[in-house]
Amino acid sequence: MTSSAISVIILLLSLAAFAAGRQRSLATVGGRRGDLHSLPRHYGYFAASLVVLPATLILVLWLTFGDFALERMTLNSIPEGAAVTEGIEDHLVLNRIRIAVDQGDRVEKDPTILAAAKFYREAHGEAVWLTFAAALLAGLAGLAYALKVTSAEFRARNKVETFMRVALIACSALAVLTTVGIVASLLFESLRFFQQVPISEFLFGLKWSPQTALRADQVGSSGAFGAVPLFAGTLLISLLAMLVAGPIGLLAAIYLTQYASGRVRAVAKPALEILAGVPTVVYGFFAALTIAPLFREMGLSVGLDIASESALAAGVVMGIMIIPFVSSLSDDAITAVPRSLSDGSLALGATPSETIRKVILPAALPGIVGAFLLAVSRAVGETMIVVMAAGMQPNLTANPFEAVTTVTVQIVALLTGDQEFDSAKTLSAFALGLVLFVVTLFFNVIAIRVVRKYREIYD
Amino acid sequence: MTTPSKIDSNPTVWDSKEMQQRTARRYRQERIFRAAGLGAVAVSALFLVVLLSNIISQGTGGFFQTYIETEIELPVKVLGDPRTMTPEEFANSVRRANMLGLVAKSLEETFPDVTSRNEKRALLKIYSTGVRGQLAQFVTENPDVIGTRQTLWLLASDDIDQVVKGNIDTETDESDRRVSDRELAWLQTLEDAGRVDVKFHTTFLTSGDSRNPEMAGVWGAVVGSALTLFVTLILAFPVGVLSAIYLEEFAPQNRFTDFLEININNLAAVPSIVFGLLGLAVFIGTMHLPRSAPLVGGFTLALMTLPTIIIASRAAIKAVPPSIRDAARGLGASPMQVIFHHVLPLAMPGILTGTIIGMAQALGETAPLLMIGMVAFIVDIPSGITGAATALPVQVYLWADSPERAFAEKTSAAIMVLLFFLIMMNAVAIKLRQKFERKW
Repeated sequence: MTSSAISVIILLLSLAAFAAGRQRSLATVGGRRGDLHSLPRHYGYFAASLVVLPATLILVLWLTFGDFALERMTLNSIPEGAAVTEGIEDHLVLNRIRIAVDQGDRVEKDPTILAAAKFYREAHGEAVWLTFAAALLAGLAGLAYALKVTSAEFRARNKVETFMRVALIACSALAVLTTVGIVASLLFESLRFFQQVPISEFLFGLKWSPQTALRADQVGSSGAFGAVPLFAGTLLISLLAMLVAGPIGLLAAIYLTQYASGRVRAVAKPALEILAGVPTVVYGFFAALTIAPLFREMGLSVGLDIASESALAAGVVMGIMIIPFVSSLSDDAITAVPRSLSDGSLALGATPSETIRKVILPAALPGIVGAFLLAVSRAVGETMIVVMAAGMQPNLTANPFEAVTTVTVQIVALLTGDQEFDSAKTLSAFALGLVLFVVTLFFNVIAIRVVRKYREIYD
Repeated sequence: MTTPSKIDSNPTVWDSKEMQQRTARRYRQERIFRAAGLGAVAVSALFLVVLLSNIISQGTGGFFQTYIETEIELPVKVLGDPRTMTPEEFANSVRRANMLGLVAKSLEETFPDVTSRNEKRALLKIYSTGVRGQLAQFVTENPDVIGTRQTLWLLASDDIDQVVKGNIDTETDESDRRVSDRELAWLQTLEDAGRVDVKFHTTFLTSGDSRNPEMAGVWGAVVGSALTLFVTLILAFPVGVLSAIYLEEFAPQNRFTDFLEININNLAAVPSIVFGLLGLAVFIGTMHLPRSAPLVGGFTLALMTLPTIIIASRAAIKAVPPSIRDAARGLGASPMQVIFHHVLPLAMPGILTGTIIGMAQALGETAPLLMIGMVAFIVDIPSGITGAATALPVQVYLWADSPERAFAEKTSAAIMVLLFFLIMMNAVAIKLRQKFERKW
């Protein structure tokens, strides 16, 4: 709660600074607004930003690096050669300390760890107050400076606009920062994983069973991290989804753009948009509780054994989910084909369907291919449907009637619930995430390139 | 199209047999193709209808619950005397009182032939354990009823409820169903006396999660979702709009801005679960923000929604004609003043529409929230953005996983609540677009 208190204090201070800056500017010219370079409120904005910016900077620095620094200090506070920490990796020690910080001596009994926890708690308390004091002082210093430089000639508006410009750039950079964050966090954790499991085993191994022994003396498997069954499962379900979504989506787009009357279009397009707006968890529920049992019964009636968590059910429902995606992107590609082309073909006596198949589709092909690639990328990354409707067994099979598992299912399974952050089991989820990110990125980039490169410019 | 050799030597003879066959074939192909297109549209529409009707037909029952009319003695001895106690003492004594004992006593009057302890215990099971709270609330709110006999509608257990709603097939073998023949007979007696009724169940809309389906509600999840979306909006809206302004109005055409642009487009297509991994590694792993909290959920969803808002805002800003900017510049406005005084207000409806659609997406998103631990079982209504909470779609996921039959109904009902909010948001977006759409 203290951090929200400090935020409120800084906010109030900035409001006061606004008023003070405004007042000060008017006072320096004796109330004659015309003598000021900028409007009085610009002086106010200037003073307020000089309060908020340094204070926020300090708070952000604390939030980002504070804990890391404290952990280092805590580790250093542990006396050399203490029995519990000797030869044990830092992060394991830190975990114990953190538990001791949260729960006191209920779980943790070791005096060294408890002492370290006490050190951490005290240092943390001091650091919080120090940071807040520093932020407040920085804000006040900014205010003092702003009031000092305020004068009739001071170009407050230009300064404020420069701040604003920097803020705009910073906001745009956040998008890049997100990408960097994704890549960095996935890579960092994956590298730790690949230190424990060789990358070749992960990419080409045929057995997936991510249970590792937690302690050395525990009986249990060492875990197998061959992700091929997961890749195969993902591929199978995505393929099934595309078999449903590809033809239906494309044909729907063709019908809606070429044949449908205005009235049909006015009803069908929103219907497809609703289909696109339904949350994936709803599709997952539908797949697990309605479609999967339905397929199972249909299978039984013709003598087929369809697993109750079959790849088929997940794939078909995922296909339904992707239909609007394919159709709206294909719709755009088809509409972009100039009218003159189809008019020319129709004038030569071709039927509408011949025109569509032999003139419009070839012309729109890059866009359609792009749409399909983006749809595949979505199918690969889709999570909730497969989590709820596909199984957990890593089967290496191409039979859609069997249960398979996918990359996303395993990520969810590995990371749901409280997990140690450093076991190979947890880290493998990040490696899977990295693969997922790279594959979808690949599809997206190819899709964009195909659309850009092969688009014919007619006009 | 066709090779010339197949064509009759004189291709313009329309009444030749080959030509007529060819025309007929081409027309047939045309009809088939057209029918296929129509079929595709129809199949998609059918899926939508099946999906929605399935959810609605299953979920409507979730808003209702079976109640049993019970005549019950409310003695001073058990509950405490409101006239001699302070309100707090009375509330405490009510909380400690053996409510189920009172219900059991009332049952004894209805079923005098049930005598063994085991049977009595089984008989009491036709009521939900929630009657304890229901009775306590009733008594605390109406202290005058102490010492009288009252006729109340008390909540039935989930299994009884499912039988009454017809979701449990009573024809199957006794060992295959969760309700025994004995219980069915008791239920029949009550039904014959007109003491069983299915009523609208406000608890579903006002309470938090529970292990008992008949007492579970979505309000906790709704509040959790609202808090999460609040954080998302606070973060994603200003950042998204400001970055759209920069990219559209100030950014020079260079490699960096090209890179930015590709980046944003790519981010929009990154699977949502990857954002969850990012949130887990950065916000929880590195910054040690609290797990399961709407704060972290909001941060994660904000990063995910940002590209949507940026893309929509750019389109809206681009749609403002340059003449507006030129006129403002001509009157001496600085570039910032042009944007913030003129362009932005005109682009705002479009920006808001895009933002609402982005928020609707964020509302339906589940996978990233699973990663940051918003799947915990939480009974209390969340009170702040740093406490543990769950969200509406996650609640759907949790209930869908529950083995009790009655939770299937609750899941569908929760989906209906979720869809209601989504439809409202989209309706607002559409209205906004219609109202403020301007042709220049």
